[in-house]
Amino acid sequence: MNNKLIAAGFGGQGMMLLGQLIAYAGMLEGKHVTWLPSYGPEMRGGTANCTVIVSDKPIGAPVVAMPTEIIAMNIPSMLKFTPTLVEKGKLFLNSSMIDREPGRTDIEVMRVPANEIADELGNLKVANIVMLGAYIKKTGILSQNSIKSALEHKLVGKKKELLELDIKAFEKGTTLV
Amino acid sequence: MAEKVLVKGNEALGEAAIRGGCRYYFGYPITPQSELTEYMSRRLPEVGGVFLQAESEVSVVNMLYGASCVGVRVMTSTSSPGFSLMQEGVSYMAGAELPAVFINVVRGGPGLGDIQPAQGDYLQATKGGGHGDYRLIVLGPSTIQEAIELVMLAFDLADKYRTPVEVLADGMIGQMMEPVEFPEMRSLNTLPEKPWSLTGAKGRKPNKITSFDLDPYKLEEMNLRYEATRKRIIANEQRWEERNVKGADILVAAYGTVGRIMKTVMELAKEEGINVGLFRPITLWPFPYERLEELSKKVNTVLTVEMSGGQMLEDVKLAVKDNAATPFYGRMGGVVPTPEEILEQIEKIIKGSESA
Repeated sequence: MNNKLIAAGFGGQGMMLLGQLIAYAGMLEGKHVTWLPSYGPEMRGGTANCTVIVSDKPIGAPVVAMPTEIIAMNIPSMLKFTPTLVEKGKLFLNSSMIDREPGRTDIEVMRVPANEIADELGNLKVANIVMLGAYIKKTGILSQNSIKSALEHKLVGKKKELLELDIKAFEKGTTLV
Repeated sequence: MAEKVLVKGNEALGEAAIRGGCRYYFGYPITPQSELTEYMSRRLPEVGGVFLQAESEVSVVNMLYGASCVGVRVMTSTSSPGFSLMQEGVSYMAGAELPAVFINVVRGGPGLGDIQPAQGDYLQATKGGGHGDYRLIVLGPSTIQEAIELVMLAFDLADKYRTPVEVLADGMIGQMMEPVEFPEMRSLNTLPEKPWSLTGAKGRKPNKITSFDLDPYKLEEMNLRYEATRKRIIANEQRWEERNVKGADILVAAYGTVGRIMKTVMELAKEEGINVGLFRPITLWPFPYERLEELSKKVNTVLTVEMSGGQMLEDVKLAVKDNAATPFYGRMGGVVPTPEEILEQIEKIIKGSESA
């Protein structure tokens, strides 16, 4: 196993957290993981992405030129990263915000209406966790329980009240692909 | 060992310092290391330490000078332009033989540059960014786990040789997360005694700490003492990693972030039937010249790869002499080379030498 994910969206769409949850869950399962954020003069509404590697072997480069999976939460992210996806790679699109075709036929495309589902659940903020559910179900790289443990670890203090909703969002996400 | 935790490089550097006995941090925030400053502001009060944000890097380095004089373990962290501002004080500390740890989370330069990972500060770090005859011990971590170990080592070396030590990281190591294990917290009672420090002179003769003497013969004596220390460091403290060097088609010299990227390159190259060896200096000063010289006799090419225009390359050339060709590949301005593009360079070199 050597999964290389780039998760991208607007700042504020929770892509950094999504990546950290995968990395943390991977660590819980004894995998080698790295999490590398894009960082810059970024803010809510700007673009933000992170690269997560989950591997059975020690990880050399944490930078990835050709990811095996991409999560794109908005159109700019899809346009920027789709050309880099490996052949037969998996592209997860937030179809609530992306009404365009990705422009490649040699890849597998999953359309997840993450915002709509999150809205139905009562909080738009969990759109990232809906997407995470779809990603974990489709790739099967980590167990759903590990992700739930990661959520419990990450959502502490004030954020704890979101835990139940996040678990619901995650479970809903796993039913969409 | 303790359990694994997923941690950001900058925070790991800070925690490692505290576990290594550092209780005094002076700093001024600068990207891409600001999380380290922030971490220390939160964590040091919990362990009875002192965190102070100064008004500038010039103040920071002089606060380090003062704290080090009284014998405590003290550090700062900064990024490239910030470290440039500290250079006068670094030189003073080297002259006054004051231990301290400087973490430089290097970003793109020169000038204001950008905030992305780079290795353009190698020459400043290893050849002396300030004035006068001095060298810092310079440690170049390539993973977060290694960064933790090297920060703790940095404090020990600083005390042992009475010298400032620089940990030369970069924005990638600062910003990324990976699982690590932290060593136990070091008890402050186990730290080395510092009879030279300024502790009030009660019942003993006063100590004097200075980098100054107007008499050139006396100043030369001080310089000879610094030189003797440097020779001891060169003799005892060279560290490096070598991988797959036996029977390699080509040897690559790389440190820090590029050093770890090379491990992916080596796997990719193996699939292409190319046997790549890696020489990764861990002490950038003292540079492991002799070992690289020895290894260079067994290959045709020693390729240096850096996130700079070719700085460690100068040390590689000093080591390799005429034993092998010494081509260079580098990216600058904060661009991190991908494993694929480095492999392409290696393939070009191998093809070129076959057709020649």
